[in-house]
Amino acid sequence: MELLLDSLFNGVAIGSVLLVAALGLAIVFGLMGVINLAHGELMMLGAYTTYVTQLIFKLPVLKPFYNSYIIVSIFLAFIVSGVVGILLEKTIIRKLYGSPLETLLATWGVSLILQQFVRSVPLAYGSGLVISLIIGLFLPTSFPSKIKESINFKYIKFSSWIFAALTGVLTGSIISSSVSKLSRASARNVDVTAPSWMRGQVEIIGTAFPKTRLMIIVITLISVIAITLFLNQSAWGMRIRAVTQNRKMSDCLGISTEKVDIITFGIGSGLAGVAGVAVSLLGSVGPNVGGNYIVGCFMVVVLGGVGNLLGTVLASFGIGIMTDLIGAGRLLSIWPDMPLPLSNTINFFATTSMARVMIFALIVIFLQFKPTGLFPQKGRMVEN
Amino acid sequence: MSLSKIKFDKKLVLSFWIILIALIIAAPTILPVFRLNLLGRYLSLSIVALGVDLIWGYTGLLSLGQGIFFALGGYCAAMYLQITSSSEFPNNIPEFFALYGVEKLPFFWEPFRSPVFTFFAIWIIPALVAGLIGFLVFRNRIKGVYFSILTQASLLVFFNFFNGQQKLINGTNGLKTDVTQLFGQMVGSESMQRMFFWVTAILVIASWFFAKWVVKGRFGNILIGIRDDEPRVRFTGYNPVIFKTIIFSIAGGLAGISGALYTVQSGIVSPQFMTVPFSIEMVIWVAVGGRGTLLGAILGAVFINYAKSLVSEALPASWMFIQGGLFILVVTALPEGVLGWIQGDGPRNLLQRFGLKRKIETYPSLEINNKEGNNE
Repeated sequence: MELLLDSLFNGVAIGSVLLVAALGLAIVFGLMGVINLAHGELMMLGAYTTYVTQLIFKLPVLKPFYNSYIIVSIFLAFIVSGVVGILLEKTIIRKLYGSPLETLLATWGVSLILQQFVRSVPLAYGSGLVISLIIGLFLPTSFPSKIKESINFKYIKFSSWIFAALTGVLTGSIISSSVSKLSRASARNVDVTAPSWMRGQVEIIGTAFPKTRLMIIVITLISVIAITLFLNQSAWGMRIRAVTQNRKMSDCLGISTEKVDIITFGIGSGLAGVAGVAVSLLGSVGPNVGGNYIVGCFMVVVLGGVGNLLGTVLASFGIGIMTDLIGAGRLLSIWPDMPLPLSNTINFFATTSMARVMIFALIVIFLQFKPTGLFPQKGRMVEN
Repeated sequence: MSLSKIKFDKKLVLSFWIILIALIIAAPTILPVFRLNLLGRYLSLSIVALGVDLIWGYTGLLSLGQGIFFALGGYCAAMYLQITSSSEFPNNIPEFFALYGVEKLPFFWEPFRSPVFTFFAIWIIPALVAGLIGFLVFRNRIKGVYFSILTQASLLVFFNFFNGQQKLINGTNGLKTDVTQLFGQMVGSESMQRMFFWVTAILVIASWFFAKWVVKGRFGNILIGIRDDEPRVRFTGYNPVIFKTIIFSIAGGLAGISGALYTVQSGIVSPQFMTVPFSIEMVIWVAVGGRGTLLGAILGAVFINYAKSLVSEALPASWMFIQGGLFILVVTALPEGVLGWIQGDGPRNLLQRFGLKRKIETYPSLEINNKEGNNE
């Protein structure tokens, strides 16, 4: 019983990391059909945001609130990754709708640039740049519509970008002068330390669970609930679903598909940022942190059935539990005296990398029987 | 890309070939051994690029897993070299086995004692694996991005497998070939490397002719048909699965040859050949050179890799930026690649823009129809 609970918890913990990472991808890929290979790098940005937030909260002014930095960083990570995602959509992806393979290559290029950016630009100036992006993108939209419609709006827009750039440089230099760790570029991995209330373990029914893992499960749970509510209850959620089902028709009915695209992509990217916070709690943060997750995320989305959140949830927990079962050789401890060839096989796969081999192989076999995943999209089209 | 664009200026092509052959003949005498070795490696990479062009440029299958077949070819060659030069080590097996306490050669190493078997294994094993993966995927009509994701997942499967099995194939350390013997000579020696350069150059040209032959005629037309409108091909009575599987295993075989040549020239084969970035890089060589133009694949592979080594020597950090920018630029601004742009209307459009050439009036709907046909 204890063993089973332990195994289940481990599986859910692995699965919830996968799920929170794949959630954003499920939205971007599932609803928009865009393959975003930079998704892992958006996660990395979220993880670095956590790191930067943590260091800023160590400053004397914010020291009393240090314990709450992780909560703040979740929101910040959502905004940072979301804004970078929106910029990506506005500059590159918008031109490539309808040609997913091209999007795939372009976003791979973006991911390379983001990785190298983190390596060679000091984090302080990086955050300055992100701040100026946030201001530049959102300041013009916050004006009342009367100003927006005036002829001079383009000048206002232009000057707001200048303002944004200045603020970015200013905050960048303030951060770099006050936090010395952020003022130099480094390719080395950094570590996020969890606040004191998140260290240690909790005991439930006699088994000890690490608190960080529980926190990740909570983050995942909240993200899933929030995104489900957003998609199913809000007006924009309805528009997003409408555009997913029939883009041309929605356009005809007066839904601004352009706005829907931006919002969908922004939310998907923002969720990647949230996933980045979760990932930063698990291990050290480096430029390659997102790349480790990206293929797993795609497998979750494909296995769950594209455009289906429930499928994504089930698939990620399924993969998580299977990974734990295979990777830790749990079957052996449940059934100790199984025949030798079988136990040898299980031992062969009982490492993290071999468990991955097994899982991917199982997924490929599964797709032989259900090529469109657990919950396929219904439709009559020959091609989609 | 319509058929009319594949019109070559005969004289241009001929002079190009003469220059190319002259360069290849002259290269060993002009270049220092280090550079010659690099050029040889890049030429061998152009063979895998040819394969990518066949499946992506002609058939529309974007594989992100060509590294599997590349590495398999490399491993086949390296296993043969290791095993034939292992006579002075304990148990007559390659040296690294002693590190892990393995005393008996794993069974799948045995056939690699034979040079004939190895010669065939280098291209047949990758082709078979590619055919199997391809068949399983194509049979279910999995295509487009799903195909790409699945090939990438298979790549990770192979990577993790080769990376984790120290006792079978030396895991993450890979197999070294430069201190092994072939025909009584050290593989890493200067004369051997020079010979490998020749072999590579000849094989590049041979595979170019082979690829040209493959895409010529009805087989090639069906491939292009699959790329442009697969349902129509199916409704016409052809089974796309067979054609896709065949072309995918051809590309796998080419990747295997390329991997073997690359391995003997770089001196090592390791699971690093199966990393995700490397396989995507292969695609970008083709994309920059011009997909659907076989020559573009070769030129793209050689030039981008040469540029990579030059840039990385001068400014190590900037190559990632350049490469990333190249991906974005090619996809957004030059979708047909450099060679495709030159063969198409690119230069004329450029001259027209500066008023150097008279604009040609075209029947507008013809253009539009053509475009629609290409985008499905």
